[in-house]
Amino acid sequence: MGWIVFAMVAWIIGWGLNIWLSRQPPTGPVRLAMPIIFGLTLIAIWEGVVRGFDVSSVLLPAPSAIGVRFAASGAILWEDFVQTVIKGALTGYVIGCGSAFLTALVIDRFPFFRRGLLPVGNFVAALPVVGMAPILVMWFGFDWQSKAAVVVIMVFFPMLVNTVQGLQASNAMQRDLMQTYAATPQQTLLKLRLPMAMPFVFNGLKIATTLALIGAIVAEFFGSPIRGMGFRISTSVGQLALDLVWAEIVVAALVGSAAYGAVALIERAVTFWHPSQRART
Amino acid sequence: MKSFVPVCTVVLFIFGFWYLAAIWLNAPWAYDKATRAGVELTTSELVADTWSQEKPKLPAPHQVAVEIWNTTVEKNITSKRSLIYHSWITLSATLLGFVLGTGLGILLAVGIVYNRVMDRSVMPWVITSQTIPILALAPMIIVVLNAVGISGLLPKAMISMYLSFFPVVVGMVKGLRSPEVMQLDQMRTWNASASQTFWRLRLPASMPFLFASLKVGVAASLVGAIVGELPTGAVAGLGARLLAGSYYGQTIQIWSALIMAAALAALLVSLVGIVQRVTLKRMGMV
Repeated sequence: MGWIVFAMVAWIIGWGLNIWLSRQPPTGPVRLAMPIIFGLTLIAIWEGVVRGFDVSSVLLPAPSAIGVRFAASGAILWEDFVQTVIKGALTGYVIGCGSAFLTALVIDRFPFFRRGLLPVGNFVAALPVVGMAPILVMWFGFDWQSKAAVVVIMVFFPMLVNTVQGLQASNAMQRDLMQTYAATPQQTLLKLRLPMAMPFVFNGLKIATTLALIGAIVAEFFGSPIRGMGFRISTSVGQLALDLVWAEIVVAALVGSAAYGAVALIERAVTFWHPSQRART
Repeated sequence: MKSFVPVCTVVLFIFGFWYLAAIWLNAPWAYDKATRAGVELTTSELVADTWSQEKPKLPAPHQVAVEIWNTTVEKNITSKRSLIYHSWITLSATLLGFVLGTGLGILLAVGIVYNRVMDRSVMPWVITSQTIPILALAPMIIVVLNAVGISGLLPKAMISMYLSFFPVVVGMVKGLRSPEVMQLDQMRTWNASASQTFWRLRLPASMPFLFASLKVGVAASLVGAIVGELPTGAVAGLGARLLAGSYYGQTIQIWSALIMAAALAALLVSLVGIVQRVTLKRMGMV
C-alpha cells in the first residue's frame, strides 16, 4: 500500500511542479528541468507500481533492480558494448557512410545516373533492409564482420540519397557566380556545393546512427558469438533475466542518444552558417 | 517520365551485377562438386551450374522468381507453404500496428500542441526516443506479452505501433503548428472557437505533414512486424520464413521472403502515396 501511495504522491508532485514550471518564463534551466522532472516522475511511478502491486520481475523489473543489475554487470555490458557498438556498428557506419558519400560524389558527375539512382535509392531506403541480416550472417560468419556488413547496407542508401540531394542544393545563381570567378569544377565542388550539401549530409548521418545500432543489434538475433548486445538480449529473454535485458536496453539508449548528440554537435560546428543553426543561439 | 530510361538502366545494371555476383559467390561450390566428380568444368557449364544450385550462396534472380511463383500462384493460399499466407500474417500485424500507432500519435500530437505542460515535458522525450534503437525491445515485448497470456497478432502489432508512433507524433506536431500567426489571427477575428480553429485550420493544414510521416511510419511498421516475428521461434509470417531459411540454409527461401517483404513495403508506401495525392487534390493543396 505504501508504495502505491508513493507512486500517487510522486505523480501529483511531478505534475504540479511541471504545471508550475510551465507558467514560468521559458528560460534555459526551466526548459531543461521540465523533461527531466517528467522522466523522474515516470521512473518513480514505475518503481511504486511495480513494488506496490508486487509485479513479478519476469514481467517488469523495478528501475532500482535494473540499476543494481546495471552496476553489477559492468564487465558483461562492456564486453557486449565493444562487440556490438565498436566492432559491429561503428565499423559498418564508417564504411557505409564513407562509401555512400564517395559514391554520391561520383554519381553527381553523371546526371543520367543521378536521375536513375535517386528513385531506386529512395525505394531501397524504404525497404525492410534488416531482412538481409540472415543472408549476410551466412556470408560473413557469426562474428562482427557480418554485423558490420548489415550496417553498411542499412546506412548506405539513406546516406547516398541525402548526399546526392545535398549536392543539388546550390542554385543556378550561385553556380553562375562560381563560373564568373572562373572556378574549376573541383573548386566549385569544394567551395560551394560541398558546404551547401552539409545540412543534408548531416541529416543522413543522423538517420544512419540509429539505423546502425538497430542493424547491429538485430543482426545478432540471427546468430552471434557468445557476446554482443543483441545476443545478450535474446538469450536473457529466454532465461527470463529481464533486469539484464533492461540494462542492455539502457546501454543501447545511452549509446544511441550519445551518438546522435555527437553528430548534432559536429553538425553545429560545421554548418554554423545555416539558418536552422543560427536561430537557436 | 524523364527519369524512366535512367531508372531502367540502373535496374538492369543491378540485375547484371546480381548475376555476376552469383557466379562469383557460387563458383567455389561448383568447382568443389566438379573435382569430387572428377570432371573439368567449361566456362558455360560453370555459369549454368552457379545459376541453378539447390542451396546457392547467392541465388540468381530467376531462381528467386521461380520460387516466388511456386509459393504464391501454385500453392493454395491457406497452405502453410504459401508465401501469400505468410505475407498476410505479417501484413495484418503491420496494418493493426500502423493504425494503432497513427491514432495514438495523432492524439499525442494534439495534446502536445494544445497543452504547454505536455509540450515542454513530453516533446523532448519523443525526440530523444527517435535516437534509441527501439527494435532491441522487440524480443522482450513478445515474451512479456506472452507471459501475460497475449500472443499472436497483438504483440507484433505492438512493436509496429511503437515504430510508427514516433514519426507520426513528430510530423503531426510540426503540421498542427504550421498555420501562420496571420491565419490564426484571422480565425480569431471570425470569433472561431478553439475546436473550430482545430477542425477548420490546424487539421487541414497538417495533412501534408501527416502523409509524409505516414509513409515513413508504414515502412517502419513493416520492419517492426518482421522483426517481431523473429523471437517467437519461426511460426508464421515473413520474418519466420527468414529465420527458418537461415536455420536450414534455404537461401532461395530467404531471398523470396525478402523480395516479398520489399514488394509489400513498396505496395504500402505507394498506397499511402495514392491516398495522399487524392486527399490533397480534393483539399486543393496540390
